[in-house]
Amino acid sequence: MADRADTRDAVLLAPIELTGRGFYLTVGLLSLLILWGAIAYWTQFDEGLGVTGLHQPVSWGFYVTNFVFFIGISHAGTLISAILRLSKAEWRRPITRMAEVITVMVLFIGAGQILVDLGRPDRMLNIIRYGRYQSPLLWDATSISAYLTASIVYLYIPMIPDIAILRDRVGKRKLLYTVLALGWQGTEHQQKVLNRAIAIMAVLVIPIAVSVHSVVSFVFSMTLQPMWHSTIFGPYFVVGAIFSGIAALIVAMVAFRKAYGLHGYLKPIHFRYLGQLLLVMALLWFYFTFAEYLTGYYGAEPEEMKVFQAKFSGPFWPFFWGMVLTNLIIPILCLVRLGRRTIGKVLIASLSVTVGMWLERFIIVVPTLSNPRLPFGEGIYWPTWVEWGELAGSFALFALFYVLFTKLFPVISIWEIREGREVGLKEVEERLLTYLPDTAEPRHAEPERGW
Amino acid sequence: MARWGMVIDLDRCTGCQACVIACKAENNVPAVGAKEAVRGRIISWMQVLTEVEDHDHPGEQMRFVPRPCLQCDDPPCTKVCPVYATYRNPEGIVAQIYARCIGCRFCMAACPYNAKYFNWHRYQKEGPGQNPDVSVRPKGVVEKCTFCHHRLQHARERALAEGREVAPGEYVPACAEACPARAIIFGDLSDPGSEVSRLAQSRRAFRLLEELGTKPKVIYLTEGEGRG
Repeated sequence: MADRADTRDAVLLAPIELTGRGFYLTVGLLSLLILWGAIAYWTQFDEGLGVTGLHQPVSWGFYVTNFVFFIGISHAGTLISAILRLSKAEWRRPITRMAEVITVMVLFIGAGQILVDLGRPDRMLNIIRYGRYQSPLLWDATSISAYLTASIVYLYIPMIPDIAILRDRVGKRKLLYTVLALGWQGTEHQQKVLNRAIAIMAVLVIPIAVSVHSVVSFVFSMTLQPMWHSTIFGPYFVVGAIFSGIAALIVAMVAFRKAYGLHGYLKPIHFRYLGQLLLVMALLWFYFTFAEYLTGYYGAEPEEMKVFQAKFSGPFWPFFWGMVLTNLIIPILCLVRLGRRTIGKVLIASLSVTVGMWLERFIIVVPTLSNPRLPFGEGIYWPTWVEWGELAGSFALFALFYVLFTKLFPVISIWEIREGREVGLKEVEERLLTYLPDTAEPRHAEPERGW
Repeated sequence: MARWGMVIDLDRCTGCQACVIACKAENNVPAVGAKEAVRGRIISWMQVLTEVEDHDHPGEQMRFVPRPCLQCDDPPCTKVCPVYATYRNPEGIVAQIYARCIGCRFCMAACPYNAKYFNWHRYQKEGPGQNPDVSVRPKGVVEKCTFCHHRLQHARERALAEGREVAPGEYVPACAEACPARAIIFGDLSDPGSEVSRLAQSRRAFRLLEELGTKPKVIYLTEGEGRG
C-alpha cells in the first residue's frame, strides 16, 4: 500500500529530486534584488543612517514599517495552521506546511528589520547585556524569540514523517534526512506521540502569536504620541497581522501551485475557503480602523486632529486612501462572489491586501512622527534608494528562503495527505454521526414529564 | 540633594539665539552642514521655537520659546530605552550614555518635545577647538541637552578641593550664562530661597505640554500681563 501511495504523491517529491531551469532563473533574479539590498545595507553601515531619508522629527520610517509588516505576515502560518488543526478542518491538509514555513522564514526577515534600523548594530547585544524590561522593545525581543522558537518546533514536528520518506526514497542528502528524521519508523506509538506533540504545540503557539503582534503595537501605543496612544492597538495590530498573513499565504499557494504543478492538491475549494476567511478579516480590519479613526475624530483633540488631517486630506492622503482601496474595496469586490475564476479573484485580493497592509503600517508609523506637538517645521519623509533597496532585498530574501526550503523538504505534507485519505475520511464520517441526533434507537415522540 | 531646574522668562527673550550658539560651542554640538540641514538633520540641543501669533499677518508678531531638554521628572524617553542608555539621575538630570546607546531612536519617537537628536552620520572627529570636557559623539547614537552636566562636575571638584559646598550660582549651563537678556535663570529647585524656586512660584509660570504629566524641570514664564 505504501508503494501505491508513493507513486500517487510523486509530484510532491519532484521539486526535491529534480531541479529545472525555472529554479535557477528564480534564484538568480532574487539574488540580484538581494544584492541591491546588500549594497544598500553596506552603504548605510559604512556612512550611517544619514543615507536614508530619515531625519528629525521622522526618525522612524521604512524599516520600522517593514518590521511591523513582516512580523504581521508571520501570523499567517502558525495561527492559521494551528486554528485549522484544532478545529479539525479537513481542508487544511495541503495548506498547513506552507503556512508554517511562511511564519519561520518571515520572522527572520522581520526581526532583521530592527537590526537594519539600529544606528549601532555593533552594539546589538547590549539588549541582552543591559536589557531593561520597562521598554516595550524588550517585550518585542522576548515575544518574538519565543515565537520563533515555537514556530520552528511547530514546523519541524509535523515534518518528521515526511523527512523519513525522503530518507527512504530520495538518493540525495542521506545524512541530513537521516539525522532529521529522528529514527521515524511510523509505528503506532510514534504516531501517537507525534499527534500529541502537534496538538500541544498548536495550542501553545496561538497565545504566543497573539502576544507577538500585541507587543509590537505596544511600541507605539505605550508612548504619549497622538494617534499612537490608543488602547485598541493590541487587538487592532493582531487583526491586521492575521489579515495580511492570510493574504501572503494565498499568494505563496498560487505561486507554488503553478511552479510545482500542485493543481491536484490545491484546488479551487481551498482558495474559496481562504478567500472567505480573507473577506471576513477585511471586514473585521475595517471595523477596527473605523472605530479607531472615528474615536479620534469625534474627540477632536487638536494634536490628534493634526495627525488625522495629515492622513485624511493632508500630505499622506494617497497612502491613507490607497490603504482603504486596497484593504477594503478591492477585496470586497473580488471576494463577495467566488463562484467562477476563484483562484484569479482570490489572488488579486491577496496581492491587494499585501500592499494595503504595508500602507497601513506606514500610515501608522510616519504621520504621527511628522506632526510634532510643538511648533517645529512639519517633517515630510522621502525614502532614498537605500530604503527601497532594503525593502526589495527583504522581500527577495524571504522568497529565496522559501524557495530553498521547497528544494529540501516537501511543501505539502505528504503523510497528512495520506492520513486524510486513509483515516480522515472515516473519521469525518464518524464525527459527523456524533453531531446528529441518535438514530440507532429511534425513540417514540413521547413528551417528557412536566410538559 | 539638589534638584536642578531652569526658568525661562518669555517676556525677556528676544529670540537672539545666543543660547543656541553658546550651547553648540560648549557641548561640541556638530555643525551638520547646509546639505544635511535642508534634510532636517540639524542638531541643536537648545532650540528657539517660533510661533506666529497672528496668522493673518505672519512675521508681525512672533513668540520665541527657547527649548532645551526639559529634564522631565517623569520622562517618556527613559521609560522606553531598551538598554538604560538614557536615565534620570538622582539630581533629576536626564542623562544619555553615548557609549551604550544602540541607536534605535525609540526615545526620539517617545519624547513629546523632540528634544533628542540623532547622529545620522559621523559629523565630527575629535580635534582642536573643542571643549575637552564633553565627549564627541560617534555616528549612530542619540544625544541631547544635559544641563551642561560637566560644569556641575567641575564645580563639585573645585568645591571639594577647597573643602566647601557648591555655592549657588557656581554651576550654570552655557545657555543661561550667555543669555544677554537674563531670560534664562538656573539653579536648585529644592532650595526654596533660590531665584529659580521663587520664579517657579510666579503666577506667570507654566510648563510645556503640562497636561502630559511629564513634570518638566524647565519652567516658562508667560509674556507680561498686557499679553494675557
